[in-house]
Amino acid sequence: MNNRVLSLVLSRLLIALITLVIVSFAVFFATTLLPGDTASILLGQAATPEAVEGLRKAMHLDEPAMFRFLRWIVGLLQGDLGTSYANEMPVADLIGGRFVNTLQLAGVTAFFSVPIALTLGITAAMLRGSLYDRIVTVLTIGVISVPEFMIATSAVLIFAVYLKWLPALSFANEVTSLTDLLRIYAMPVITLTFVISAQMIRMTRAAVIETLNTPYVEMALLKGASRPRMVFRHALPNALGPIVNAVALSLSYLLGGVIIVETIFNYPGIAKLMVDAVSTRDLPLIQSCAMIFCLGYLLLITTADIIAILSNPRLR
Amino acid sequence: MTMTHSETKSARISGTRLGYRFNIIGMFGLSIILCWALVAIFAPLIIPYPVGEIADLDYFGPMSRDFWLGSDYLGRDMLSRILMGARYTVGISLAAVTIACFSGVVLGMIAAVAGGWLDTLLSRFLDALNSIPSKLFGLVVVAAVGSSIPVLILTLSVIYIPGAYRFARALAVNINAMDFITVARIRGESTLYLIRSEILPNIIGPVLADLGIRFVFIVLLLSGLSFLGLGVQPPYADWGALVRENIGGLPFGAPAVMFPSLAIASLTISVNLLIDNLPQKIRDRSE
Repeated sequence: MNNRVLSLVLSRLLIALITLVIVSFAVFFATTLLPGDTASILLGQAATPEAVEGLRKAMHLDEPAMFRFLRWIVGLLQGDLGTSYANEMPVADLIGGRFVNTLQLAGVTAFFSVPIALTLGITAAMLRGSLYDRIVTVLTIGVISVPEFMIATSAVLIFAVYLKWLPALSFANEVTSLTDLLRIYAMPVITLTFVISAQMIRMTRAAVIETLNTPYVEMALLKGASRPRMVFRHALPNALGPIVNAVALSLSYLLGGVIIVETIFNYPGIAKLMVDAVSTRDLPLIQSCAMIFCLGYLLLITTADIIAILSNPRLR
Repeated sequence: MTMTHSETKSARISGTRLGYRFNIIGMFGLSIILCWALVAIFAPLIIPYPVGEIADLDYFGPMSRDFWLGSDYLGRDMLSRILMGARYTVGISLAAVTIACFSGVVLGMIAAVAGGWLDTLLSRFLDALNSIPSKLFGLVVVAAVGSSIPVLILTLSVIYIPGAYRFARALAVNINAMDFITVARIRGESTLYLIRSEILPNIIGPVLADLGIRFVFIVLLLSGLSFLGLGVQPPYADWGALVRENIGGLPFGAPAVMFPSLAIASLTISVNLLIDNLPQKIRDRSE
């Protein structure tokens, strides 16, 4: 039986790898669809045809797209992310520090949202149908069905404009003390926590309710087990896999949230870098950022799938 | 006896004909959706000021009798801009969701009926497409080809084809295993006939519910892109773009920032309410 789990996990990893190749293909060709010749755009109107030709050769633009794709992939694998069109700096240098900033933001958000969401999701499932459950459900649906920037602007209105606890828009370049640090993180983390928690509460609640509906939990109830014992001894251990799966899946929503939140709060992370790169059409930078995001996303959803496989007792 | 029998029969027929019974919350959602649809159609007739006209001397003006929802960063009337914005938000999303669901459902049914390598290939490819985060996909495409309304509609629909495909395929595979499909196959019916006359009528309810949910996703994504400045471009503005251009009023708590977001929220929440309160008949066949 263990062999079966192993082969399932391996095939899932293989699928992830194939997906990554297709994704990189899509990212590369989407960005080469740009109308116009990159070399002549870079050199401006005053460029001589010889200079354009020289730059095209230097940038390997005269080669077929397939070769450029392979060259790009090999470069990525060797850690060479290319050079930014906008300011001639290596992309790796531009991304480096900002990547850490984004990871910090994501980490702090996960630190707060996972415990909150699990508590709310599990208790709501236990008290299904009660007023408490209804309030939680309505609030999560409300948060899920409004755009992220609305959560962010509402947070600013409440905490900065009416309560005056925090500055409206944070700029991270003047960090001198711990309070400054808190002030910078507070707004983005509050916003992201709301967005992520809502997803996580919904999925956790669904996962626990599904387990509570199984015959063996009903059996536990019938043999006279108390409600807490029924939930904690019988249901939760079996719901653990689906719950962890739900957590990993909802963390993948961080990616979408981070793009909006970093832009609105001017947070110096990789998503802000990418949005700026889109407005200057800095293709190497966009490609690298997109690959990092896709990699992170794929990592999370693959982890979620593998956990689901591993936690399935029927496969053990 | 026969009369009561025929009466119950006719009642049952009219019950299925005259549409389904909605509860109050579902009706509430439906009426808000209809309101926005009417606004989108008749916007040019009902706006109090021309969209581009600088009507207020003050910028980020408060709500007043002349300007019901305040004025924006140039002193333009916010109510008019939101009413006109409904055209872009609702129109683009509706077009995108129609294309996405139509292609997704047709591909899904073909894959389910045909099976074999076509099914595997299509499923693998669309799954891969699905594992690109949606906002990121939008960003990359806009970076590559620039933002215009046709590009936006196509991009949004490409992003949501995999989801619609997966949903329709799962439903169609279940129907495909039923006896009447086998009978139809033995009769020698073509794939087109199987899809159109045997499978589609049996999955249309859940598919329409799924279309509503996907519409919400598309409205949110479009607003997100416009908010980043990558969606609808000036001089036109959808609701997301309205929030973006007025974001400078946020520290003063200007109504110009909140009302476009509230418009988006009212639309998306109503669609969710409607879908959640659809009669069981439509919803629960997805199981």
